[in-house]
Amino acid sequence: MQAIVIVLCKVSVSIGDIKDPEHPYSLEELKVITEDAIEVDNERSYVRVTFTPTVEHCSMATVIGLCLRVKLMRSLPSRYKMDIRVAPGTHATEAAVNKQLNDKERVAAALENPNLLDMVDECLAPCYA
Amino acid sequence: MDLLDANLELKEIQKLQGHTDRVWSLAWNPATAAADVPAVFASCSGDKTVRIWEQSPSTRSWDCKAVLEETHTRTVRSCAWSPSGKLLATASFDATTAIWENVGGDFECVSTLEGHENEVKSVSWNASGSLLATCGRDKTVWIWEVMPGNEFECIQVLQGHTQDVKMVLWHPTMDVLFSCSYDNTVKVWWSEDDDGDWSCVQTLGESCHGHSSTVWSLDFNAKGDKLVTCSDDLTLKIWKADIPRMQSGDGYAPWNHLCTLSGYHDRTIFSVHWSSYYCREGIIASGAADDALRLFVQGKDGSMNEPSYQLLLKKKAHDMDINSVQWCPGEKRLLASASDDGTIKVWELATLS
Repeated sequence: MQAIVIVLCKVSVSIGDIKDPEHPYSLEELKVITEDAIEVDNERSYVRVTFTPTVEHCSMATVIGLCLRVKLMRSLPSRYKMDIRVAPGTHATEAAVNKQLNDKERVAAALENPNLLDMVDECLAPCYA
Repeated sequence: MDLLDANLELKEIQKLQGHTDRVWSLAWNPATAAADVPAVFASCSGDKTVRIWEQSPSTRSWDCKAVLEETHTRTVRSCAWSPSGKLLATASFDATTAIWENVGGDFECVSTLEGHENEVKSVSWNASGSLLATCGRDKTVWIWEVMPGNEFECIQVLQGHTQDVKMVLWHPTMDVLFSCSYDNTVKVWWSEDDDGDWSCVQTLGESCHGHSSTVWSLDFNAKGDKLVTCSDDLTLKIWKADIPRMQSGDGYAPWNHLCTLSGYHDRTIFSVHWSSYYCREGIIASGAADDALRLFVQGKDGSMNEPSYQLLLKKKAHDMDINSVQWCPGEKRLLASASDDGTIKVWELATLS
């Protein structure tokens, strides 16, 4: 299966192959992230990613969102601004999850937590078949 | 002089590098506001250190005079000088607030305030330097009494915010404390009697024209009768209170919404600071997530009860988000900005040559 690739000014970032924290499948395989859910504006250096958690009460929604943010942060030039959100209508506490994922101070503090950072790194680690 | 008619620009004086991670906050030393004293400011960073910067009187360039390290074990989020300029308080994600004293050019950590359950996000001294306030993700605001010998005693833990508290700031002339939060509100805390309990006397929320998302920062004008708040909702809001009435001992004077500046920012506004000079009403500076600085002044139109504020200028200042913007105290006409790009820039507001 083809990984979803965002082509941005000669930088390719593949985010489809991020592993779901709870399942052995990738986010793309689970349809958590699809190609049409990624909006890119190269002129304005802006990316918006919309993801759909597998279940409405998915407790891992914030972790998935965090993984997406970290992957993008590590791959894109620093001038890129990004917004990450759950697809409207797909999560019980959508507004709360979106607010947390887009509060960079909360994200920074969360990533200083070694346990959470380990989990994120695990999800982002390449899978050698 | 009418600023809106003058041809002004923000001239970059210097770009200061040194921090190895994003710079969250900066604070000018109030004692260096005097004309003949070199200007000093402190900056704090995700690299867990605090840096002290001083302008050389001879070369006019800024150098890093000290690096305060090996104390905080996580991001240092905020810093604040005591009114005398002798002590520096630093708030950290490691849940502590450190107090530093300048001992002959070297900064020593003389006290560590513990108590918050998790990340401390802001620290502020009251006007007389007798009280300190801190706040954090544990949703509380702590008030500490400053005692002799660099001892600090927590006198109260204020509960009320329903979410992460982003910033605390004391009123410039009265012992009234303001806090702003991820819960979209600004709360005002006051103790009617000197020895009494502090309580929340007002909440500036959506029902009284308040913000509709996280409030990141706030500041007062020089007189202390106006307040400006900035938010993730992309607006600045100006509030006004009958301060003379309160100062004359007539009880608490509530803050009322004066106006909302919307349509000027398209990404989160992290910092706002109100200058105490340039003109009677001062200049409001904002630092936002679009890497730009914006200056606002009170416009010519509008009445006493509904003044209008206008954009004086907008400047793309950094390569990444601006986290903090601070006017230099006194008459030095300088502005400093701190960014996610790890740099601090010093600017001068000058007429276009």
